[in-house]
Amino acid sequence: MSEATDVSAEGVQAARARRFDAHSIWWRVAADFLHSRVAVVGLALLAIVTIAALAAPWITPQNPYDLMQLDVLDARLKPGTASSAAGYTYWLGTDGQGRDLYSAIVYGLRISLLVGVGSAVMAAVLGTGVGLLAAYAGGKVDAALMRLVDLLLSFPTILMALMILAYVGKGVANVILTLVLLEWAYYARTARGQALVETRREYVEAARGQGIAPWRILTGHILPNCLPPLLVIGALQIARAITLEATLSFLGLGVPITEPSLGLLISNGYQYLLSNEYWISFFPGLALLITIVAINLVGDQLRDVLNPRLQQ
Amino acid sequence: MTGWLLRRLAQASVVVVLMTLIVFIGLHAIGNPIDILIGEDMNQQERLQAIHRLGLDQPLWRQYLAFVDGAVHGSLGRSFVYQDDAIRLILHRLPATMELAVAALLLAVVIGVPLGLYAGMKPEHPLAKALMAASIVGFSLPAFWVALMMIMVFSVQLGWLPASGRGETRVLLGVPWSFLTLDGLQHLLLPALNLALFKISLVLRLTRAGVREVLPQDFVKFARAKGLSPARVVLMHVLRNTLIPLVTVLGLELGSTIAYAVVTETIFAWPGAGKLILDSINSLDRPVVVAYLMVVVVIFVTLNLVVDVLYKLLDPRVRLEGAR
Repeated sequence: MSEATDVSAEGVQAARARRFDAHSIWWRVAADFLHSRVAVVGLALLAIVTIAALAAPWITPQNPYDLMQLDVLDARLKPGTASSAAGYTYWLGTDGQGRDLYSAIVYGLRISLLVGVGSAVMAAVLGTGVGLLAAYAGGKVDAALMRLVDLLLSFPTILMALMILAYVGKGVANVILTLVLLEWAYYARTARGQALVETRREYVEAARGQGIAPWRILTGHILPNCLPPLLVIGALQIARAITLEATLSFLGLGVPITEPSLGLLISNGYQYLLSNEYWISFFPGLALLITIVAINLVGDQLRDVLNPRLQQ
Repeated sequence: MTGWLLRRLAQASVVVVLMTLIVFIGLHAIGNPIDILIGEDMNQQERLQAIHRLGLDQPLWRQYLAFVDGAVHGSLGRSFVYQDDAIRLILHRLPATMELAVAALLLAVVIGVPLGLYAGMKPEHPLAKALMAASIVGFSLPAFWVALMMIMVFSVQLGWLPASGRGETRVLLGVPWSFLTLDGLQHLLLPALNLALFKISLVLRLTRAGVREVLPQDFVKFARAKGLSPARVVLMHVLRNTLIPLVTVLGLELGSTIAYAVVTETIFAWPGAGKLILDSINSLDRPVVVAYLMVVVVIFVTLNLVVDVLYKLLDPRVRLEGAR
């Protein structure tokens, strides 16, 4: 047996083992994830919230955006009151315009999740692209991009968001755009850092030695190994985005009044709070809190589970 | 050290200049304030006069130069709405915001540090685990909603604490303060606690992480072996060494606390700069918005600088590295 064949045989074996490992690692991540009971509860809550939001038209008695279905006479009814005409019970009460709060919350969840997931995915794509570019280009491009990231990350999100929204105006798409503009920097910084670490690894050198094009090394080899930390950031950024959207809508700069998100529902209930009509603000807030806690629990556990693997 | 400080100062100035450019250009793309400020009954001539008076007929770069010129002379333009110097308006309101932000950070330290110490000393205790879980909820709580619920419970239902305004104030150094009177303190408690919620979780987690890092180190073992009482070991050796990162983070957090006061001030009708800025955004009162952003940028840059310097002074390891 010559030395050359020996090495290549080992190489093939290692490659096979690696492919096998890649599968089993994700299985192990899943198994580790399920170890924490709190995280499982979070995941279950998240599943319920997501399914409810997706199935909104089928599980709610009323379309809260259809003004024809609202009855002003039913405004500000206590939780558990029966509706005067439509023949169902307002289990969570009604708001100032006679909207069934349960229906409004489920529809509001749709907007919250859409904004949260939509902005997180777009920001992740943009930020990861910029981060990889910075790591790959190095030198002045890298320095300039990272200064920009530093600048963005060092100022408070809420103020920047207020400014941008004042400029582009209200609306779901504009809120998503604003959040993307503010959040890509997190992904960029992480992707760049991780890519710089991975670039020095032997498999990248090996790929380079085989004459694989740089962009293919970047997307095919380096990017997959940068994904775990980006995934964790993604989960936590979804929660942040949802909170921020709710806050902005509460301040009157987020989504328009015709499509009340959870933040706007809470804002609408604000004026009735002092007359002890708590439910208009309380229940949408509770739904918001449950959603955010669930996402944070999942994100936290993902971080714990993925971290040791990264160090291996 | 002097060379480092000069370099750092130059860096900070560059950031400030860059931000004036971004803010100025960004804001001038927003709407036309004339449409809001000028009544419909005005004729064309009055309209043009108003535009000229406000300097809105000048090209953008001239407006920027005028702005920079004003900034150098301590004036960031006049408010369209209040007809007063923008920077004076803000500085007039800023102490109230500062009072709120500092009170919030104090609460975060007073509540977060002891809890974090406990969670770090006994990480396996059920109470410590409950604290960690609670801190996740603390990170997740939408602050504006909690504020409403606080008003609901403590003001409407129980009637213990007032829900709006600063209450009675007393003047110190020419500025009215709420924390000097009992009534003012009562007014301060709810908004400050609301603003502190997130920071309490942060301080708790930071303190716990610091304690966990310091505990296994040799000097702690040595202090114990010397026969020092456990309380003394914790206070003098463990806590002291966890304080450095804590001070750093809190210094930087003061800036974001001031920023997030926008929400708290709006809900609790706290007459600070945050409330002013939100009103100004809604009425397109450009000079006030620009001036406020500039004030915040300067506060942020200054805080960063101060924290960097303090860090160097506090931690001899960093100081040595810088000297090399």
